[in-house]
Amino acid sequence: MAAAIALIFFYAPLDQDGLNQKIFYFHVPIALTAYASFGWGGWKALRHLWKRDENADLESYVAIHLGVIFGLLTLVTGSIWAKYRWGHWWVWSEDQLVLFLVLFLFYCAYFMLRYSLPPGPQRANMSAVYALFGVVLIPVSILAIRLSERFIHPVAFDRGGPNMAGSQFLTFCVCVVAWFAVAATLYQLELAGKRLDIRLRELREALQE
Amino acid sequence: MTYFADVGALARKDLLLELRARDTLPAMLLFVVSTLVVFHFVLPAGSSDLAATGLLWVALLFTALLGLSRSFAAEREQGVIDGLVLAPSDRSAIWLGKALSILAFLALAELIALPAYGLFFKPVGAALVAGVVLADVGIAAVGTLLAAMATASRARELLLPLLFLPLAIPIVIGGVGASVAGDPGRYLGLLGLYDALFAIICWASFEYVVTE
Repeated sequence: MAAAIALIFFYAPLDQDGLNQKIFYFHVPIALTAYASFGWGGWKALRHLWKRDENADLESYVAIHLGVIFGLLTLVTGSIWAKYRWGHWWVWSEDQLVLFLVLFLFYCAYFMLRYSLPPGPQRANMSAVYALFGVVLIPVSILAIRLSERFIHPVAFDRGGPNMAGSQFLTFCVCVVAWFAVAATLYQLELAGKRLDIRLRELREALQE
Repeated sequence: MTYFADVGALARKDLLLELRARDTLPAMLLFVVSTLVVFHFVLPAGSSDLAATGLLWVALLFTALLGLSRSFAAEREQGVIDGLVLAPSDRSAIWLGKALSILAFLALAELIALPAYGLFFKPVGAALVAGVVLADVGIAAVGTLLAAMATASRARELLLPLLFLPLAIPIVIGGVGASVAGDPGRYLGLLGLYDALFAIICWASFEYVVTE
């Protein structure tokens, strides 16, 4: 992570945007990390429904929780970037931002659903089904929003490969890896915490009996 | 073929109940017409027809939500859902039967809403009707499953719009696009894709929503 920040500020050359272009190295990797978290949450949800894996419910929840946090960060960094580039905090014609808003609303509803159901196998099932809906919603929304908006988002990747200088691309890759590592660490930490919590509750109940 | 017989029986049960008790459909009809009247006053004089088209979709979406929030009410209050789950048939038949009856309610409500819209605002085109039909399929498929989820939760009717609206955004984009764009084909294609994808995933996952 420290290496990534060092590279961002000292190694990558400035492009025509000047300093605010640096936020690209935060915004895009965070967005990719959020997608990865949602995808991982959906995968765990599928495992839960398919293999009846007991732990998968909690793992799916923790991944989606992280995805929502990273999604919020994406919205914030994205709107800062939009402010500098286009002069507005919010640009409806930027489809990545709109997509993240939709996903953010969707996964907030996921939490509402989860917290209004009593804990148990039914809650696990319903959360898993809703998480799967999210994974299907992502590509459909991308398609829908592409259709509905003018396309003014700067395209960093096109068909001819990455549209960046080599040093920029290296920095970008390091950033992606760094954010993935942060997300994975947080995921393990949160999971360990939740498991400890459940174990503690079980022990306390056992003591009371 | 017993699967389709089950589906038919379940859908017929819902329609018969509605015919006898008239709980949902009159409310939906009244709601959609009064929303259109409110929208007439919401739009200042001289606003474009495009804005009216957008508002028509808002009216349709909220009418659907109104119908969906009542859709599992009888099952919940009388405990019918436990009986249906225990019945010796595929659980997805419950979903399909309910979705078909919701689809019938929506079609009836729109049979009133679209002429009313044509009367109050502007004539209805073929692309708009095609968009509405495709959107209905998606709304009925996704809405039925979400209504079953919301019924099981503590928040009940409150939860359904929260669960449904983010999922309905592609439907709205496709529907509005089909009714205002010059070439509605791509938007109708999007609606068709949405319907197919979500119908399959709802059909496959409904069993997990009603069982443990």
